[in-house]
Amino acid sequence: MHGGMQKRNWSGRAIVLLPYLWLVVFFLTPFVIVLKISLSQTAMAQPPYTPVFDLSAGLAGLREFVGELSFDSFQLLFTDLIYLLSYLKSLQVAAISTLVLLLIGYPFAYGIARAPRGWQPLLVMAVVLPFWTSFLIRVYAWINILQRDGLLNDVLMKLHIVDAPVSWLSSDTAIYIGMVYSYLPFMVLPLYAVLEKMDETLLEAAADLGCPRWKTFWLVVVPLSLPGAAAGALLCFIPIVGEFVIPDLLGGSETLLIGQTLWSEFFSNRDWPVASAIAVTLLVLLLVPMLFYERLQKRSLEGGR
Amino acid sequence: MQRGASPFNIVSVAFGLAFLYLPITILVIYSFNASRLVTVWGGWSLAWYRELLNDAALLQSAWISLRVGVLSATAATILGTLAAVALVRLGRFRGRLLFSGMVYAPLVMPEVITGLSLLLLFVALNVDRGFWTITIAHTTLTMCFVTVIVQSRLIGFDRSLEEAAMDLGCPPLKTFLTITLPLIAPAIAAGWMLAFTLSLDDLVIASFTTGPGATTLPIRIYSEVRLGVKPEINAVCTIMIAVVAAGTIVASLITKGSAARRERAALGAQV
Repeated sequence: MHGGMQKRNWSGRAIVLLPYLWLVVFFLTPFVIVLKISLSQTAMAQPPYTPVFDLSAGLAGLREFVGELSFDSFQLLFTDLIYLLSYLKSLQVAAISTLVLLLIGYPFAYGIARAPRGWQPLLVMAVVLPFWTSFLIRVYAWINILQRDGLLNDVLMKLHIVDAPVSWLSSDTAIYIGMVYSYLPFMVLPLYAVLEKMDETLLEAAADLGCPRWKTFWLVVVPLSLPGAAAGALLCFIPIVGEFVIPDLLGGSETLLIGQTLWSEFFSNRDWPVASAIAVTLLVLLLVPMLFYERLQKRSLEGGR
Repeated sequence: MQRGASPFNIVSVAFGLAFLYLPITILVIYSFNASRLVTVWGGWSLAWYRELLNDAALLQSAWISLRVGVLSATAATILGTLAAVALVRLGRFRGRLLFSGMVYAPLVMPEVITGLSLLLLFVALNVDRGFWTITIAHTTLTMCFVTVIVQSRLIGFDRSLEEAAMDLGCPPLKTFLTITLPLIAPAIAAGWMLAFTLSLDDLVIASFTTGPGATTLPIRIYSEVRLGVKPEINAVCTIMIAVVAAGTIVASLITKGSAARRERAALGAQV
């Protein structure tokens, strides 16, 4: 047995080496570079920032390099109101969207969990299927509906609810619809996973003891489903804060979300240091919810190991 | 979970499904609309699909996306499966905390951050951007999804078969290839499918890491969509939905079939 263990250790190292190296090179190193460029200054050059670290200059080059680093980009982020408003708007949109997602997703997941056993895989599949179809397509589908001469206005005018077409697109309402629509499967699936596993006898016990159904729901079902609700909420909240496609296609141009601000700093202004500084602050902002999510994920996958 | 759905349960499921499917259904129906206007129904027609076949730029983008998807999904499946085996089977090893952190982080990392950081890496390495940089970026993004899927299969997995093979003198690598791999194959297949569709779908990371001559389908669609609704785009989207739906259904039939076979085998063993 001991010999086998040692052998497994050796082959284990070989197994972990390839994905480990890949992630260090293509996931960890890029963040170090982003951090470095966020401390650089914009320049009219290729690449458009200074200082550029020159490996061949050795230790002296390193000292010179460190001396030239600056916090200008971060200073700009905290003094120019545009960026601060952009962060606040992102947090607001993410918080409200997550709340709406919980309100719609919970009854949805609960209904699936209570459906007859034979139906459940089919219903789960029905929730997953849109998640497999392209994000871009799902957002685009809403443009068809929400645009000025689109279906929603058509229906509303035929029903005489409105007299003139309303511009639904380029508004916060459209952003919320897009967010809730695109992220609904992410909310429903973790919720369903905990609700489906819930011990039936607990509910029967409550019913036998004369607890009304709604009270059982609040006192037993909801508390037991909190891990699923937390996982779903984080799985929606974190990416929504940095979302780009949905606000860009459905939203207006008054206040940009932070993902759009990063995008335009990079692609339109070609200000790489500021774009990097936005990425760094966004990451710091999301670090706590991300660590929280990782712990939930680890606990559910590794059984609290 | 207590069975027996109340009217409220039925209504909330029906509402949820309608919300999920109505917009897509409308999009699909209007791709067959003869009229160019969205609100005017001009009868059924395949005109926009015929137009697609003549759009060389669009077809080329589709071809690029397809190749990026197959290559990155395959690489991601290999790397992701290895990572899952390492996380489940190796117990504690040096650097495990960093490793699992790097595996789970991309699942929720905003795409703009991943895209920007990868682009800056490619610039720092002075690599020509294009087909290969998108493929590498997609591999990095999607391998983590593969890991999670394979990992959950490996955890709910009977190790006695592996142990039996090892006890009978089968070397570890051979045990892995002949016993473990076939048993987790459905999860690996599902992981590949997910990686492929994620790659086919991605706009943000591809936009950051692309270069001249490597315009993927989402980048092409995005630039068209910004200009407004076009029936041709409805047609492209319908084709993509059909491909993905067919793939998902086939994949679920495969996993279901293998699950049924396993169950039958288990029953046979009991009898």
